[in-house]
Amino acid sequence: MAGYGRPVVGPLSFTVDSGEVVGLWGANGTGKSTVLNAIGRGARVFGGFVRRASGLTLAYQEQHPVRLPVMPLTGRDIMRAAGAEHCEAPPALAAISDGRIDALSGGQYQLLCVWAALGSAMDLVLLDEPTNNLDPPTEALLIEILAAERGRRAVLLVSHERRFLDAACSRVLTVKAWQGSK
Amino acid sequence: MMESMTALVFDPLFRVPFITGLLLAAVLPLLGTLLMLREEWLAALGLAHLAAASALLGLAAGAPAVIGGAAGALVGGGAKTALGARGNAAYGFMILVGWAAMLLVAANTAIGDSLGRAMIDGQLYFAAPVDLNAALILTILSAALLPWLSGKLLRARFFPRFEQANKLPAWRWHLCLDLLAAAGMAVGTATLGLMGAFALVFVPAWLAFRLAPGWRWTLFIAALVGVGGYLIAFILALFLDQPFGPVLVAVLVIVAAAIAAVPRLFAVQHRTVGPRPQPSSVLTARDRV
Repeated sequence: MAGYGRPVVGPLSFTVDSGEVVGLWGANGTGKSTVLNAIGRGARVFGGFVRRASGLTLAYQEQHPVRLPVMPLTGRDIMRAAGAEHCEAPPALAAISDGRIDALSGGQYQLLCVWAALGSAMDLVLLDEPTNNLDPPTEALLIEILAAERGRRAVLLVSHERRFLDAACSRVLTVKAWQGSK
Repeated sequence: MMESMTALVFDPLFRVPFITGLLLAAVLPLLGTLLMLREEWLAALGLAHLAAASALLGLAAGAPAVIGGAAGALVGGGAKTALGARGNAAYGFMILVGWAAMLLVAANTAIGDSLGRAMIDGQLYFAAPVDLNAALILTILSAALLPWLSGKLLRARFFPRFEQANKLPAWRWHLCLDLLAAAGMAVGTATLGLMGAFALVFVPAWLAFRLAPGWRWTLFIAALVGVGGYLIAFILALFLDQPFGPVLVAVLVIVAAAIAAVPRLFAVQHRTVGPRPQPSSVLTARDRV
């Protein structure tokens, strides 16, 4: 059970193995993001436990990436900040890597941030609604990128788009709202 | 005229003040970019007020302005981190506390009034070796810490969950910037004046954020504008026999306004000279054909 002032999700039990791309699916308000937050030490665990492998490192891409009104950084600067500068970006991102990020569209910026999380050398990548603002071709590109992650390291992603999860993940778990809230 | 100007600028009497100001003109804009990245540019003004108030208290007790100012600003910066007060509200309170304290100290000490005025005007031309040493230490610390700090703060800004998820001590780099900014504003306020130091933190960073094509260029442009503005102000203030602080602020604001206006001028010209757009529908809504 996890939440903030009170539990909002659970009880639920699952494991994520290295090399797996696991999706968390559920309706709005069921606490999918809270599960990621609990794993990322941002939400309180009221009952049970979150056991992380020894020395586990995490990359965490939030549902709404930080966007400042004026941001004098390029895509490469963002990649460098995330520790992903040595990772070769897909062509769609390489084309926009040298421009200022405040000139990018919402979808381009979302893809850049997701790629920055995936490009870092972290053991577990947490992605919260990575398809936000993405058009269908970019969503298809993201599915390809995530498919390439299978067998490499663990990815846990949250989405309310079931079709996307089915296409991108090796396993999809359904999250139900916390029973105690009823 | 040129000869007399050159003689003034290269007068050995002004060597210590010139180098002290030059170091600050390069370092303060860099600190300003990091404060602007955290959307805490008001920090500079808050810390400057605290530094000015504590510098006056120090002077009343016989300590150099740079020492007294540093003590107050460092306590303010450290307290802000310790209390977890992020954002401009904390600096708003610093401004109010510093302003009230500065004027009360000035009103209640024998030499406070004239020293308070000097703190506001900026007394660069009276900078002593102690001020130069403080500026040198600040420059060395900044050169050593900023490359490391910049990466950490960029990551903390754009990937705020990263540190928490990996149990990293983010407070260390936030405190590090708070203390560097406090030290910078203390040394800056004691030599360049309250508003002069604030202008060097705020204006070059503001301009660089709008013009730079990337982060490294942001740092470069900020330092360039700071140093360029300082050199112009140093010559003008000496030659026109004006207080340095207000001249520096005026130069930086004029430079910023002029540079910021250039893209707009081009945009206006482009619109006037370019082909007139053909009339076309901007929106069509139709419910049946």
